[in-house]
Amino acid sequence: MPDLAADSMLRGSMLRDAAMVVGKDLRLEWRSRVTLSQILPFALLVLILFAFALDPDRRILEEATPGLFWLAVLFSMLLAIQRAYAVETADGVIDALRLSDLDPAGIFLGKAAGIGLHLLVLEVVLFVGVTVLYGATPHGGLLVVATMLLATTGLAAAGSLYGVLAAGLRVRDTLLPILMLPVVAPVLIAGTEAFSAAYANASGDGWKWCGLLAAFSVLYLAIGIFAFEPLLEES
Amino acid sequence: MTSPSAGTGAGIMRLHPDGTASRGSRILGIVVLVSVVVFLYVALVASAPDKSLDAQGQLVRIMYLHVPSAIACYTAFFVTAVASGMYLWKKTVGWDALASSSAEIGVLFVALTLLTGSIWGHTTWGTWWEWDPRLTSTALMFVLYLGYLALRRAIIDPVSRAKQSAILGIIAFVNVPIVHYSVDWWRSLHQTATVASLDPKIDGLRLFALMFGMVVALLLYVWLMMHRFRLAFAEAALEAKGLDLALAERRAEARADGGSVPPSVTTGGAS
Repeated sequence: MPDLAADSMLRGSMLRDAAMVVGKDLRLEWRSRVTLSQILPFALLVLILFAFALDPDRRILEEATPGLFWLAVLFSMLLAIQRAYAVETADGVIDALRLSDLDPAGIFLGKAAGIGLHLLVLEVVLFVGVTVLYGATPHGGLLVVATMLLATTGLAAAGSLYGVLAAGLRVRDTLLPILMLPVVAPVLIAGTEAFSAAYANASGDGWKWCGLLAAFSVLYLAIGIFAFEPLLEES
Repeated sequence: MTSPSAGTGAGIMRLHPDGTASRGSRILGIVVLVSVVVFLYVALVASAPDKSLDAQGQLVRIMYLHVPSAIACYTAFFVTAVASGMYLWKKTVGWDALASSSAEIGVLFVALTLLTGSIWGHTTWGTWWEWDPRLTSTALMFVLYLGYLALRRAIIDPVSRAKQSAILGIIAFVNVPIVHYSVDWWRSLHQTATVASLDPKIDGLRLFALMFGMVVALLLYVWLMMHRFRLAFAEAALEAKGLDLALAERRAEARADGGSVPPSVTTGGAS
């Protein structure tokens, strides 16, 4: 059991622990290439399937591009979160994580950063995808980038939190979508509206939605920092 | 198992040997039953149809059911959040039972809210569903709490289940206003809220029908809670007892085999 001075030192190392966890996750991805070889192709496949569902000749795709983009992100996000926690639950790694003396808030932020970085790569590829496949010409570059960054932060924070909640359960794969999708519905709405504003060159409306995304991100980062420790103990 | 003396003298929270009823819940049950009959008479027969400017006519009657069930479901989810917080603080089975019971009854009321809202919409708008902000955010809330109940079902270890669902119970409630405002904003860009706000000048019996409906819905909530809470409490007791029984059986088997009995058996981490 660490003494008080060591304990406060450990608390101070939240960001260092987060960096360790995200470094580990990125190394794992570099060696296994699961996101690159499975989740990324899935995201592109979703874009193609949307075209089958909505007749590509009638310009519906172009009009619906902002919404379809964020829907594809949401679906891929579920896979990314499942992957992020699959590597923790296999072979009892989660017990090792609990015993590791890492700050739980640091683990939360590390997992969130890992999920967030994977999501950003997915979003860049999807963005190129909708531009090429759906013929949507983007405007308002700054608003698009801000929306992506803020929405990704919110999705990653909520995903890291709900991921650990479902991790370790036998039904985690089926439970995660029903727990997460209603919660991130505001991100879908805000992301879609902000992108619509950017595409329509009416950035003024879009920044309001960015405010909502920022509030969502801050809220879920705060909840995660406080709630991750008890959730990790029980997972 | 119907012993005639079982119900007598039962305290309001005492577990009943052959059911979840007590004298308190029986009295409340009768009060609720009478109130429902009176409420239905006032709401469906005695009160006048709406003849104001945006007249809803007879259709206004569904509001006497719709608004009270909405209020009951918000109350239920609020109780779930508070009980969840109390569980995290006190760590006693009672608070967990309260949170889970309230969430379950809340889901019932939110389903009733959606159903009556949809029926109202069918007559007013001609469609079973419009993307009205309130209906939409209520639908999301419905799914949110179905997820809460699904999580409870998924975790086997009682302590782990109580703790994790308590955290989710709080997060879900915090999430309700975010969903509400984002959906409200989303629709207000396209159209104004379609469900007309209640006319403050509604008179006599119609105002009474609405207010009385709220009281009846809350009484019904309390009555359902008394039964569901006792059931949840009994379930928790059974779970604990079942575990003890299983342990005792294993020990007896080990003894019968002539093997040595292990000093302690770990039961945690089974989720």
